[in-house]
Formats: sequence, C-alpha cells, structure tokens
Amino acid sequence: MAIEFTLNGQSLSLDVDPAMPLLWAIRDIAGLTGTKYGCGKALCGACNVHVDGQPVRSCSVPLSAVSGLAVTTIEGLSADGDHPVQRAWREFNVPQCGYCQSGQIMSAAALLERNPNPSDADIDMAMSGNICRCGTYTRIRKAIHRAAGGES
Amino acid sequence: MSELRKISRREFLQRTGIAGGGLVFAVTLTSGCQPSATSDGAASVAPNVYVNIRDDNVVEIYCHRSEMGQGIRTSLPQVIADELEADWDRIELLQAPGDEKYGDQNTDGSTSIRKHFDVLRTAGASARETLIAAAAATWGVPAAELVAREHAVHHETSGRSASYGDLVAAAAEIEVPEELTFKDSADYRYIGEPMDLIDGFDMTTGAAMYGTDTVLPGMLHASIERCPVVGGTVKSLDDSAVLSVAGVEQVIRMPDGTSPPFYNPLGGVAVLASNSWSAQRGREALAIEWDKGLNADYDSETYRNQLVETSHTDGKTVLNRGDINAAFESAASLHEADYYAPHLSHAPMEPPAATAMMHDDGGCEVWTCSQDPQSVQDTIAGLLGIEKSQVRVNVTLLGGAFGRKSKADFSAEAAWLAKETGRPVKVTWSREDDIRHGYYHSVSAQYLKAGLDSEGNTKAWLHRSVFPSISSTFSAEATGPGGFELGLGMIDNPFAIPNMRLESGDAKAHVRIGWLRSVCNVYHAFAVCGFADELAHLAGEDPREYLLRLAGPPRMVNPADDGAEYANYGQGLETHPIDTGRYAAVVEKVAAMAGWGRELPDGHGLGIAVHRSFLSTVGTVAEVRVDSAGKLHVEELWTTIDAGLVVNPDRVASQMEGAGIFGMSLALHGEITAKEGGIVQGNYDTYPVIRMSEAPKAIHAHIMDVDAPPGGVGEPGVPPVAPAIVNAYFAATGKRIRELPLRKAGVV
Repeated sequence: MAIEFTLNGQSLSLDVDPAMPLLWAIRDIAGLTGTKYGCGKALCGACNVHVDGQPVRSCSVPLSAVSGLAVTTIEGLSADGDHPVQRAWREFNVPQCGYCQSGQIMSAAALLERNPNPSDADIDMAMSGNICRCGTYTRIRKAIHRAAGGES
Repeated sequence: MSELRKISRREFLQRTGIAGGGLVFAVTLTSGCQPSATSDGAASVAPNVYVNIRDDNVVEIYCHRSEMGQGIRTSLPQVIADELEADWDRIELLQAPGDEKYGDQNTDGSTSIRKHFDVLRTAGASARETLIAAAAATWGVPAAELVAREHAVHHETSGRSASYGDLVAAAAEIEVPEELTFKDSADYRYIGEPMDLIDGFDMTTGAAMYGTDTVLPGMLHASIERCPVVGGTVKSLDDSAVLSVAGVEQVIRMPDGTSPPFYNPLGGVAVLASNSWSAQRGREALAIEWDKGLNADYDSETYRNQLVETSHTDGKTVLNRGDINAAFESAASLHEADYYAPHLSHAPMEPPAATAMMHDDGGCEVWTCSQDPQSVQDTIAGLLGIEKSQVRVNVTLLGGAFGRKSKADFSAEAAWLAKETGRPVKVTWSREDDIRHGYYHSVSAQYLKAGLDSEGNTKAWLHRSVFPSISSTFSAEATGPGGFELGLGMIDNPFAIPNMRLESGDAKAHVRIGWLRSVCNVYHAFAVCGFADELAHLAGEDPREYLLRLAGPPRMVNPADDGAEYANYGQGLETHPIDTGRYAAVVEKVAAMAGWGRELPDGHGLGIAVHRSFLSTVGTVAEVRVDSAGKLHVEELWTTIDAGLVVNPDRVASQMEGAGIFGMSLALHGEITAKEGGIVQGNYDTYPVIRMSEAPKAIHAHIMDVDAPPGGVGEPGVPPVAPAIVNAYFAATGKRIRELPLRKAGVV
C-alpha cells in the first residue's frame, strides 16, 4: 500500500516497502540527495530532516512512520537557501567537506525553533548528535549564535 | 589546446635564481592556442589545460585537485585568477576529470598548494600574456605598453581597453608567449585573502554533489558482502533467499582480492537492487562460508606484544650521530619509555561510494569521490582489461577522505559490476563496510631512551620505531617501515642532541595499511613530543624552555649529514629547510598565544607540542581540565602554523581548527583492533569520534607571517594535538600516559 506524506510542501504517494527507512525513500525514490547517509544507526545525524517540525534521524525511521505527516529536507528548509541558519553558515564559512552540513543545519534550525536564543550549553546539547569528522564544531557554535540574532 | 609544461620549483629556481615576484619565467609550450566551443556554444580559447576563456567574458578554471574539505576548490582558482588578473565573480570553476594532461592529481600529502603553486600561477600568467599579446596584435602596439587589470587589457596611452571575452577571437591566432612575468606579491588581489567558499551555497542547501549522490538512468544499487579477513575468499555461497527480497535484481560474485592487495576490490558477493534499501536487505539474506586465508589469526593483543618486543631489541639504524653508547655510559641520568598507538580508521562522513557505466565503445565512465582519479583509471583499466584512456573518471565532491579515498578499490567495484550487468551501478559502502574494510593507519610501538648530563641537557637520544609498512599494500615482500615513512617525523628530528641514533624494527602487516591524515607523523610526534616533555620534567625545566633548548641555535638540519636518507616530502631542503629558528619561533608564538606560564585553576594543565610535517611547522598548546572523577576535558586549543606563503588564510585557519578535532578524536577515542583476523569495531558507537559536547570552547589558529615558499596545510595540524593533550594531562595530574587512545587509561 502506498504511503502518503508531504515532502517539502508537495504531496507524495510512494508505493514501496513501508519498512524502508525514510532516508532511502527520500534519496532513492523521491530523488532528493541533500539528505545524507552517514551511519544508518542514528549515531551521526547526517540524515536529519524535520517531521512536522521536529528533527528526526531519517535513517532510523520507517517510511510508514511519516504517513500523513510533513517532511522537510535541506532542500525545503527555505525557498532560496536564505534561512538564517544557512546565511550564518555561509558568513562563517562553516563547511569543510560539507557532507554533514545538511544534517547540522537541520538540527540547528530545529534548535532555534524551540529555543531562539540558545546558550553554548544548549547548543552543545542539541548538536551533539551530529558528527562532523572535519571538525567544524567551533564555527557551528558561532554560526548558531549569529543565526539567533546575536554576536558570535 | 596547448600543453602547459609542468615545472618544479627546483627547476624554477635553477632557471631564475630567485623566488620573488616580477620575474620573467620561460615556459615551453607545445602549440599555439586553439579555438574551442564550450557546452553552451560560446567561442573560447584555452591557453593551457587549466584555463579556458569564453567570449561571453567568463573565465573557466579547471580544478585538477579533489575537494575533500581542505578548500582547494576555493584556493586553487585564487592563484590562477590572481595571476590572470581575472575578476573573481567572472570565473567559473569546473572539476577536471582524471587525465594525465593535468599533471599530478593525487590529492594527498598536503601537496595541492605546496607542489602546484608555481604551476597554477604559470597557468594564470600564460593566459594573461596570451591576452595581452592578442590585444597588442589587434591594436598594433607593443605588448610592453599594455597592462592586464580587472578582467581586461588596457592601453593607457591611447585609452583603449578590451575585455578578456572580446579578445578570444584574436587570442586564438596567438602563439602562447614563452616568456612570462609573475606578479609581485605586493600586487596580489586574491592570494593571501580569506575568500569565501566557492561551494558555500551548494553545501548549505543540499545541492552539493558527492560520490553517494550520483544518479544515472536505469541504475542499480549495489551492496557488497566482503570477507571479514583480508585475503579471504568465498568458500560457498547460498543466495537462494536473496532474490525473493523485493527490489533485488541480481547477485554477483566479485573477483577475489589480490595479494598484495593494491587498490583492487576485496572480493565477496554483491547484491544489486533497484534501491539502496533492497540491496542492503538482500545482502543480509546471503549465506556465505568464507575461507579466511592467511590473516585469520590476526589478533591485536598478540600483535602488540610482538611489536613491543621488537622495539626492545636492536633495529636497523637509519640515522646515526656521535656515539650513543658512550654517551649513555657517561650520562648523569638515563630515561626510557615505551609509546604505543593503535590502528586507526579514516571514517569520513561519506563512506566510499562510486557509480560506473560502460559505454558502447567498451570504455568505462565513473563518478567517484576519489582523491586520485588517475589511479582509478589505472586500477579499472587493469581490472577490466581496457586501456587507461578508455576510463573516464569524473570527480565529485568528497565527503571527507583523510587518505581513504586515495584508494581506487570502491571505484573499481562499481566498474566491475557495471561491466557484469551491462547497466549503470552505484556502489555505496555502509559505515560498517568502511570501518571493517579500510586501509588502516598503522599500529606502532616505539621505544625511546635518553641520557642527560648533570645540567639537564639531553646528550643522547635513541628512538626505535616499529610498525607494519604501507609498502605491504603494494609488495608481499614488505617487512617493516620504509624510509619514506621514517622520514615522516622521525628522521627529520630537529633536536640539537650530539649523540642520536634512530632505528626501525620489522613488522608484518595483516590488514591493508594505508595513509591517514599526517600518516606516520601521528605516532612519531606523539612519541617525540611526549618524550621531550618527559625530559623537560626530568631536567626540572619548563617544557617550553626545554623545547627551545632541544631545538638549539638557529640552523638548518640535514639528516643526510648523519647518514640518513631523507626525502623531505619530495621537495628540496634548500627551499623547504628543517630550520630550527623557524621551529623556535613557533614554540614561542604558540606559547605566548596560550598565555604560557599563567596561573591556572585547580585541576587544569597546559601542554605544548611542536612538530614539522609536510614542510610546515605547527605548534599546539592544549589546556585540559581534569574533573573530580579523574576525567579529562580539553578546554581550549591554541595552534600556530608556519606554512610559508598562504593562499587563503581562512581555509588555513579552518584546517587548524579541524586538525584540532581530528587530533582529539585519535587522542581520546580512536582505536581499531583485530580479533580472529577481522576488525572488531563497526560504527561510530564502537569507533567514536569527537562530538560537539567534547569540542573545546575555542580553537585559536595563528598563521606565522613568513616569507618562504608554501608548505603543506591539510595534515600538519594533526600531529602535535595528541602529545599536547598528554603533556597537559601530565601538567594537571603528574601522571604520564604513553598510549593512545586515552580512553584506555580510563581518563576519558
């Protein structure tokens, strides 16, 4: 039976194994590759998307779990790539290889939704599920503060 | 299209005698410019393989190096655009496919700037001079009266100007000038500037394309089960349950791995499906019995004992100065120590992934996150029995690499499966595949012994290094460290110690050994910088002061003076010396940055380590806090790099920040072990890396202002991190740790 949900504002009906992790449905079936595979076990956060506004590890959620819900990926975070988090990321030239940054940005955007002015400790708590092997953590902290409207 | 001749810095110096700006530089070019058409139909002219000038005034620049986070796709066009006097917003960066015409494309060894700076500025200068010559011919004035500036050529006396795009047609008739003038460094527009990331927008919007992201029509997704042990083969296979998994289309036996392994696929069984998930599920349904082969008994605990035992017996002398035995006998005090560091996995966030398809003419085309596309061509040509020229390798962005993606094995797997199926195939490794089937950073045991006189001066230094060699990946005969590995942080010891002997000890490899960011410098710096700190405390001296004492008076060290063979990272000691004056300057600067000597809160300690690698010297100071439970926290890092000329200071700073985190990961957590021949760890739970909760509150990076040719940047930041932390832990607690990772000592 097809699973129906909303992906970046568009209604989708996917007729695949309902046990398929949301990550692979997004990447292989819906064809959006901005959401990344990193570990497959909810350990690294590279696959973070929003489901009804909440950050979710798409590698560890079956497609059936998002039936009827709204899924947002990095491609749908903003119309023109100008979400405050995206802008701040560019202002501080945060990315190195860039691969984990979709997941980092989705986590950061969700953090700011629920806590518009996070402390360093809040940021560390919210972002520690996202691994960056290149080691951009100190710039990510600065960028989140900037996106929150403060000085870094 | 003209060939630009590659000119080494050595050659360059021989020709010109000096390395400053404003020079006349002779280049040999094989032919004149050829007009060419671009994909969108614009006319263009290509003065050399790196630059194509279009008549719509866009300058296309080909990046022949792989982007893996070091920022080369930003820094490389900075050099070319600067010499070309091209406007930054009118350049278009294209990623070059694997092709010998670009020269060396192997993006490793921190070479992209240090070995290519002259090639890149030559490319820019030759294009600039071609355009000037074109304007001179068009206007009938001497080229000497013309200047190139802001994407146009100007004749000041007549007030005439022509944009680069307007000169394309005339340039097509021009022989590329053989005499080139380089800009004076005072006139640089982009070199030395913190230009924003070229890929910044794509990387923050999900548009950036990595090796995992290639999609081709009709493509199959492959997941491959490989023998847990290197050299193992399939004894029996039952795939009866696999084809009933929805989406699975084929099961294919891979060719067995080779001995030595080279870059060839490891063998095993591939499951191909219409999507990744089906391929993974199908793979779980495989029933394979393995013949585990010769490495089935590899056990890290047993092996460790062998390495340590070897390190305690006389080895092969690779450098000898003075008379170490006599110096030990006359020493006022002796000190010895064992240092040990385990195998490591690169674990880039993007696992190995490649997509391949066969063309009707028998050629193979690959899209891959490779650091070394020409070796991908070689490996696939060998595996498929076709010519290298028939293998087209498109280089995607690399989602981290750290040396792992120098190896062509995963690209060759995709090519093999494309040939077998006749369809495009994407191979994506799982995280477990990546961690269990790597080309591992070598495990090492090191023994050090020093003799001090009554005033605390180190008079004798013995360092013995034992580890399985990278050579074992390419030669079944390899039995131990190669000189090229000992030259990474051991043979190039800068200390002014009158009696020194450096030795290596043999060790046989039982896994594929490869190079990981900064390679042998990781464990050599750990031992040398840790042991130097031990000697400082033994001598009762401040570690910063003692490092300066060890460095001795400013001088140029040449390991050949003591009988060593030393490659200096493939560049000359005359351009890239082991300069103890520059070393000492880094010691002093990084210590000053960290406020060395200041009063610290209880439980805090500062540690310093300085190490030269890849022709740059980096100093790191770590401040650690040890809590009431005895756990260590890295509060802050300060780092100073002397890399000579720097192209993009922001990218250099970001590499120092990243090296701090990478160095912390290996210092605190990183450990790969084998049991019954297979790798025990499998994902980020069993092979943890630093997360934000463990990251220092700040990593301060300082770039020394040194007028010298560029050194490496991507790797040199890593080696001093672990010893700085260990030395800081000692300062805080009085306890010395000589083994990585620190979590094994229960302090993390």
